[in-house]
Amino acid sequence: MIQGESIAGSESSVIPRSTPPSDLRASCFQVVLTGNPNCGKTTLFNALTGLRAKVGNYPGVTVERKEARLAGASKEDPILVLDLPGTYSLSPQSLDEEIARDVLFHRLAEVPPPDLVVVVVDASNLQRNLYFATQVIELGYPTLLALNMIDVAQESGHQINHVHLSRALRVPVFPIVASAGQGVSELCEAIRTSARRRGPPVPPLSFCELPALLAGAATTLAALLDSDLPQPRVQPLAEAVLLLTDEKFSTSTGAYYPEKILTAASVARLGLEKAGLDWRSVAIEARYARIASIDQAVTTTTGLGGETFSDKLDRIVTHKVWGLLIFLALMALIFQSIFSFARLPMDLMQESVDWFGTFIGHGIAPGPLNDLLVKGIIKGVGAVVVFLPQICLLFFFIGLLEDTGYMARAAFLMDRFMSKVGLHGKSFIPMLSSFACAIPGIMATRTIETNKDRLVTILVAPLMSCSARLPVYTVLIAACIPNLTVLGFLKLPGLTMLSMYLLGIIVALLMAWLFKKTLLRGPTPMLIMELPPYKRPVAHVVLRHMWDRSKLFLRRAGTVILGINVLLWFLATYPKSAQMEQEFAGKRAAAQMLPQATRIEHLAALDQEQAGGQLRHSFAGRLGRFIEPAIAPLGFDWKMGVGIVASFAAREVFVSTMSLVYDVGGYQQSDAAAKSLAQTLRAQRHPDGSPVYTTLLALTLMVFYVFALQCVSTVAVVRRETNSWKWPLFQWLYMGVLAWVLAFLTCHAGQLIIGAGSPK
Amino acid sequence: MPPETRSLASLAIGSVGTVIEIKLAPEYRSRLLEMGLLVGTPVQLVRFAPLGDPVEIKVRGYHLTLRKQEAEQIWVQPKE
Repeated sequence: MIQGESIAGSESSVIPRSTPPSDLRASCFQVVLTGNPNCGKTTLFNALTGLRAKVGNYPGVTVERKEARLAGASKEDPILVLDLPGTYSLSPQSLDEEIARDVLFHRLAEVPPPDLVVVVVDASNLQRNLYFATQVIELGYPTLLALNMIDVAQESGHQINHVHLSRALRVPVFPIVASAGQGVSELCEAIRTSARRRGPPVPPLSFCELPALLAGAATTLAALLDSDLPQPRVQPLAEAVLLLTDEKFSTSTGAYYPEKILTAASVARLGLEKAGLDWRSVAIEARYARIASIDQAVTTTTGLGGETFSDKLDRIVTHKVWGLLIFLALMALIFQSIFSFARLPMDLMQESVDWFGTFIGHGIAPGPLNDLLVKGIIKGVGAVVVFLPQICLLFFFIGLLEDTGYMARAAFLMDRFMSKVGLHGKSFIPMLSSFACAIPGIMATRTIETNKDRLVTILVAPLMSCSARLPVYTVLIAACIPNLTVLGFLKLPGLTMLSMYLLGIIVALLMAWLFKKTLLRGPTPMLIMELPPYKRPVAHVVLRHMWDRSKLFLRRAGTVILGINVLLWFLATYPKSAQMEQEFAGKRAAAQMLPQATRIEHLAALDQEQAGGQLRHSFAGRLGRFIEPAIAPLGFDWKMGVGIVASFAAREVFVSTMSLVYDVGGYQQSDAAAKSLAQTLRAQRHPDGSPVYTTLLALTLMVFYVFALQCVSTVAVVRRETNSWKWPLFQWLYMGVLAWVLAFLTCHAGQLIIGAGSPK
Repeated sequence: MPPETRSLASLAIGSVGTVIEIKLAPEYRSRLLEMGLLVGTPVQLVRFAPLGDPVEIKVRGYHLTLRKQEAEQIWVQPKE
């Protein structure tokens, strides 16, 4: 019954594994944790390492790199655990999988070769998990197998004999329940023992009995790999088999193969084809045949394992009516929380930053340094941290949805809808999140496997009206949209707001469709997605995920956002006008004569007036005038130009900038400021006495704000996430063109409809 | 007499069939095979998504979703 001793080809295919040169071995012991998605790998990683993981990116790509010291290992002799992205096989289909494969083949210079591999296997889904596990064991590293979720397997009536499994796979097997910490200490101890002994590598074995023709071709290619490549190979035979059976194996980031080897591989493939051998599938079929027999030998099935809890839940969660309702309710909850629940901590943060600014401002003598610190740096820091509550909340929910298994259901429900514009169901959550803020939305696109689809999602995500546009809409609506009731119960201001949101959504979908047809042409990605069983979320996994993402945002995007904010501060502050300063100094001196009661008020008004004058005189003010010809066709004047220029720091800055431009009291972005600004805007008149801020002008300005990418933070994040300036620049340009054209159309169509009176 | 072969997408909900042919282009087929959907593998059609697409199947004890378009290229022999 046990076939452990008769592993196909295990004796014949023993090839001594070339050990990497000693200088490549870092001083610490490198453990690599790998396995299928949803096998509980991250839970095990946290259990093994505690909560001390360092999270970063692999160089050049946005795949998360998670690393930590093994808990309980001595500081002098550290054991490092690297958590690889979840992978279904060594023939990758996504960037994540490619990284996992490249680490295992030691193709990434900056990741040392593993000293030990721990492959995690979901016991309740043994066959598919063993597909990857046996591929990894074949690489010949010292390997431990963590047989996770044995409790779930037992519940569904599968008893796995781990002793037999260990014998069949020729590696130690540790039955564990990672979420409950069961069996983890034994595994931990085994890792430590392995680190102490640093035993010889296990003799490589093969779990698939390949047809003689393919086996022969692989052996020849393996010999060529060993002799022709300068770097020592991890496991030439396994590499040769993959080179032969996966045409994309040679075309990945970390790989370099000389022409000779590539030719040899394609010649061999032609030979196999001629012999009527389907080289793409024989190895897979052979492996599954082997796995099926191992499974049969080690698993005892008791009972029929009827409907599981997951199956029952799915009856409701993916139900035609209830499923959609639950989905909508969940999305509404998430949206609501990033949109309004995040408001309170955001305001708190803004207030404390403002308070800190005032504190520092009073502590240092007035002057350029004071100004730089308060209005440049502290304000810039504020612009970064103010996003934190939203990012934390969104990633809390995303983590929760992912950890429970609902995320895959959401994609399952939404796929039809998203595939209409050529995208994947997984693009839905990033797009939805972008309503709160495009930054977490763009960061959430990492779950999308195909690079092109990820790019399309990133490109259209900022078209969703984010919460920073809300203050702009609010001010303009309050100033210019009459509070009329339409259709009996709808208010015109609310309806206008809704239209702005809808406009963004519709254009985003159209643009996604357009990009998929032209620039990023590609078939609608094939959907082969697992629906993992539901599970109880593990608090530390969810919180960890949230915190790691937020830290990544602070570190990576934060620096750029801060830098550009300082630049914008400079633009709005310099050059100083000596003449104006003199003039205001004179006015202040004159104000000293005023009675005490009115003096303070008058001085404050002077400050405000000077700030406004200074802004108009500054580079930003000049930029506003400079771009006036470009925005004049939209009916905007240079004052709005200043607002638009300043909005590039963040759209909500429009409110405070316009307050300065129009000398409205109060520099803070409070509700009161918005209200008084709305009144001021309404009072603005052209020389002929007609109002500047007409309903049409407000609509045009809002349409412009819907489409223009006026957010350096988004640009910085897109730069980070796409690893080039090309995409953020393209995005900025296309959205700018879109904004101008659609604002132009709004303006002129509006004039036609009104029939009289231009907005100018 | 065994029932006639048909596409996976046309199986009755809840019924099981054995894969007899996968007519997808070879470069798309590999991942499906690696996920354990091979010729000879029994597969159950679990349900269609509320909007009609994609389709959920059960293979080797776990749940997998495919679009109808792909499921139509997979031919199965229904089990009685």
